[in-house]
Amino acid sequence: MQSCDIAVIGAGPAGLAAATTAAKLGFSTVLLDEQPAPGGQIYRGVETAGADRARILGPDYARGRELAKAFRASGATYMDGALVWNISTDLMLDVSRAGASTQIAAGSLIVATGAVERPWPLPGWTLPGVTTIGALQILLKSSGVVQEDAVLAGSGPLLWLMAAQMVDADVPPRAVVETTPRANYRAALRHLPGALRGRGYLTKGLAMIRKVRRAGVKVHTGAEDLAVEGKDAAAALRFTVKGRAHRIETGSIGLHQGVVPNQQITRLLRCDHAWDASQMCFRPVLDTDGLSSVAGIYVAGDGAGIGGAKSAVLRGEAAALAIAARSGRGDAARSGAVRAALSRDAAVRPFLEALYAPAPHVTRPADDTIVCRCEEVTAGAIREAVDLGAPGPNQVKSFLRAGMGPCQGRVCGLAVSAIIAERRGESPEQTGYYRIRPPLKPIPLSELASFTPADRAAE
Amino acid sequence: MVRRIDTGGGAPVEFTFDGRPVTAQPGDSIAAALTAAGIRDLRDSVVSGAPRGVFCMMGSCFDCLVEVDGVPNRQACMVAAEAGLVVRRQTGSVEVPV
Amino acid sequence: MTGAASADTLVIGGGLVGAAVAWGLARQGEKVIVLDEGDVALRASRGNFGLVWVQSKGSDMFDYARWTRRSADLWPDFAATLTEETGISPGYHKPGGLHFCLSEEELDRVRAQNRRMHNVNDALGYGAEMLDRQQLDEIVQGLGPDVVGGSYGKHDGHASPLYLLRGLHAALTARGGRYAADARAEKVERDGDGYSVTTARGTFRAGKVVLAAGHGNTALAPQLGLDIPLRPEKGQILVTERAAPLLPMPTHLLRQTDEGTVMMGDSHEDTGYSTRSTAPVIAQIARNAVRCFPALEKLRIVRTWAAVRILTPDGAPIYQQSQTHPGVFSVNCHSGVTLAGAHALALAPMIAEGQLAPEMAAFSPERFHGQTD
Ligand SMILES: Cc1cc2nc3c(=O)[nH]c(=O)nc-3n(C[C@H](O)[C@H](O)[C@H](O)COP(=O)(O)OP(=O)(O)OC[C@H]3O[C@@H](n4cnc5c(N)ncnc54)[C@H](O)[C@@H]3O)c2cc1C
Ligand SMILES: Cc1cc2nc3c(=O)[nH]c(=O)nc-3n(C[C@H](O)[C@H](O)[C@H](O)COP(=O)(O)OP(=O)(O)OC[C@H]3O[C@@H](n4cnc5c(N)ncnc54)[C@H](O)[C@@H]3O)c2cc1C
Ligand code: FES
Repeated sequence: MQSCDIAVIGAGPAGLAAATTAAKLGFSTVLLDEQPAPGGQIYRGVETAGADRARILGPDYARGRELAKAFRASGATYMDGALVWNISTDLMLDVSRAGASTQIAAGSLIVATGAVERPWPLPGWTLPGVTTIGALQILLKSSGVVQEDAVLAGSGPLLWLMAAQMVDADVPPRAVVETTPRANYRAALRHLPGALRGRGYLTKGLAMIRKVRRAGVKVHTGAEDLAVEGKDAAAALRFTVKGRAHRIETGSIGLHQGVVPNQQITRLLRCDHAWDASQMCFRPVLDTDGLSSVAGIYVAGDGAGIGGAKSAVLRGEAAALAIAARSGRGDAARSGAVRAALSRDAAVRPFLEALYAPAPHVTRPADDTIVCRCEEVTAGAIREAVDLGAPGPNQVKSFLRAGMGPCQGRVCGLAVSAIIAERRGESPEQTGYYRIRPPLKPIPLSELASFTPADRAAE
Repeated sequence: MVRRIDTGGGAPVEFTFDGRPVTAQPGDSIAAALTAAGIRDLRDSVVSGAPRGVFCMMGSCFDCLVEVDGVPNRQACMVAAEAGLVVRRQTGSVEVPV
Repeated sequence: MTGAASADTLVIGGGLVGAAVAWGLARQGEKVIVLDEGDVALRASRGNFGLVWVQSKGSDMFDYARWTRRSADLWPDFAATLTEETGISPGYHKPGGLHFCLSEEELDRVRAQNRRMHNVNDALGYGAEMLDRQQLDEIVQGLGPDVVGGSYGKHDGHASPLYLLRGLHAALTARGGRYAADARAEKVERDGDGYSVTTARGTFRAGKVVLAAGHGNTALAPQLGLDIPLRPEKGQILVTERAAPLLPMPTHLLRQTDEGTVMMGDSHEDTGYSTRSTAPVIAQIARNAVRCFPALEKLRIVRTWAAVRILTPDGAPIYQQSQTHPGVFSVNCHSGVTLAGAHALALAPMIAEGQLAPEMAAFSPERFHGQTD
């Protein structure tokens, strides 16, 4: 068993900044990430991407290199390929690495496990060839691989970012099929004055959209009734715009409806969570330092609520500074500066959240659409279970096996809660979410059998 | 169908998918190399038998499960593509030799 | 009480016990309302192992052994009826069951238990027999070297407790019953010649009340002249990914479900009402499972969980009717899957009659006070 003052989980911008700050403040710090290299989602492959790729991915991506470099120089211990699969309330981490499980005892914990893409169940979304847009982007970042003739469908900044990056890579998408409802523009307009404080983001966003349109990419807006056709693999995307039917033949369809906090660890730890009506997702309840309802556990980055990479860096630093302040090693001036920068950076969020709020059809799949991909549970079956009296996702899970497959509800969780909430006529806050249990990812029985955890009283 | 815009430098390696040779570049996961080779269909669902392939590429969805060197249900997007790996498409539930 | 929802019987608790009794009552033509807590609650019915297990039950209490055996005998019919009424199969199978022993001490303990079972139950054809290693090998291939022997019970079987619970809820609804979640019973009071129950979802009224709230019964009992001594005991369970068929029958430590997943468990901890999974226990269960059946080590554990057993001082069920509050009954047991057949098809008709049959007196909590009446 190893021990440290501060353990950080996740080597994205939030975790890198947190670990760097903590180590510089003199704490023994361990950063763990399941990936083979630092970077998280936005800075995937950042230490190895070649010049071409870096050009296509742009200056925002290049910034990740500095972050990784500072971290490498910080003196923090880095454990790559390390999956944290369980954590007890007294901060003992069970970690699987290179086929063996070990333990790390931490004084404080910073959870920086980022975001996942919002589930968007639609007919045919389980066919090979249908991926998330995040997946297409990861292929580009870590392998320089781009799908030709891809159709990008959905809503949100990442959709436009990917389309623009594909244009820069000289492999423009076949089409962009946007689902942003027209009503969102009106709703967003209200937030425009506030958003002007973060005008940098707006300018960048508009430039991306312009680039895609200029490249001659066909853009459909206000799309509804999306469905993927195909027998053994995706063959075409169908949709309607203002009632008119469209059909685009393609073998590669990227779906995206924004990102939402990855709740696996904070749910495992039974931290309090609240429904964020603006971001349409759950997030852990945190104080201004990022401290959760469970002692010693801080959350930073997108896992604390979606804020983007810059905010992730700041929140990572803020959490480390807060832990330092508790042991009298704080830096009040720096903490204040970080807080001010965070508030400036957040100015654009209400605008973006209103503009890119998922269209109602995204959270209301038709009865015969598969929602839980692992166990192939349909929206209709979930509604039936609610009609039988199931009060929430955990009873639904036990009745139908939704969320019991290998992904443990990572993909379907939010969609299942939303369907139940709508059927019961309540807010997802009341509906709640799946209980998350160890192991956070499947572990071979042989590995557990040869694991010798310290026998302690805490649970 | 799929274009590789750069290889990131370094020497490519070769592994097999259902016996067919697949070239991988440094930094590729098995899933990335298969995608680059135009292979989309990685397994049958254990529930309905419907075909499945890569979905999230970030280890969340468990749709990319393949057999690697005899070990089933590995996440192709989380396992680095290394020379000589024997990767197989999966059908049905895991068979455990007794 | 105007505006209160009313029924013939209110069943408090919608776990396996409450749901089985409620469906049984509905089959007797009663109008039944089940009151339950919300989505996250102490609910053993959602966290158990799914054995319909006879071979170790009631070695020191003839009535419990007989009642268990009766339930096992009712199970085939019970499962068939439930499937017919709802289209949801509880996945019941009765291939017999095995208890693997990993040491001579364990073997001696099981042998002694078996002997006691035969002493109290021989007339019933209890049917559990001790097997040596060779005999075990003929039934199961791939046992680990540490398995020294075991016992085989031909009345044993298993079912999906989750589909069973869903089926019972569906069957109750189909027979005009009502299941009300988020309706924790806060107070039960006399109301005319019946009772009213106060919940967050309003007040409910009925002539009869059945307390089937698992550990929740403890808080409700004193209001109704009942005595329900219970203690919590945590059990942790691991489950694997789906595998092709490899276990021919359930065992006390391992069982393979219809989906192909392999469940493993059999831990006993005194940690209050905690339902957290803990690494030391998970690792211990994994070790035992691999010792019994080494081939399993290739499978991945997808999930672990813990649930709280509802234990009486002697481990046998408590069935009682209130002496001070006519029409009030309570039911508690620590094998709600095994006994589901008896609860639905034997106990519920007694409650419908308003009177537990004389043979049920053995299950009164008076047995804990040394009184035999
Ligand atoms: C697929 C995807 C692509 C994105 N691309 C962009 C983009 O190009 N530009 C942009 O501005 N925003 C992008 N975003 C949004 C982006 O995630 C955030 O703004 C930013 O990366 C958040 O940083 P973070 O540090 O909070 O988390 P992340 O960068 O997501 O890092 C989280 C890390 O935690 C690790 N982790 C999670 N669970 C465990 C565990 N149990 N054990 C060990 N490690 C674990 C993961 O491996 C991951 O490396 C993307 C989001 C996704 C989901
Ligand atoms: C680890 C483990 C393994 C087991 N394995 C087996 C096995 O293999 N075979 C077997 O036969 N049995 C097994 N059992 C036992 C079996 O699970 C229980 O006997 C059975 O589930 C008890 O059902 P119940 O309805 O009495 O209790 P519960 O399932 O606990 O249900 C009680 C219900 O009452 C509700 N409630 C509580 N208070 C109130 C209130 N005031 N108002 C309204 N509702 C209330 C609760 O929300 C809950 O829904 C196992 C148990 C455990 C813990
Ligand atoms: S593609 Fe989702 S886990 Fe690999």
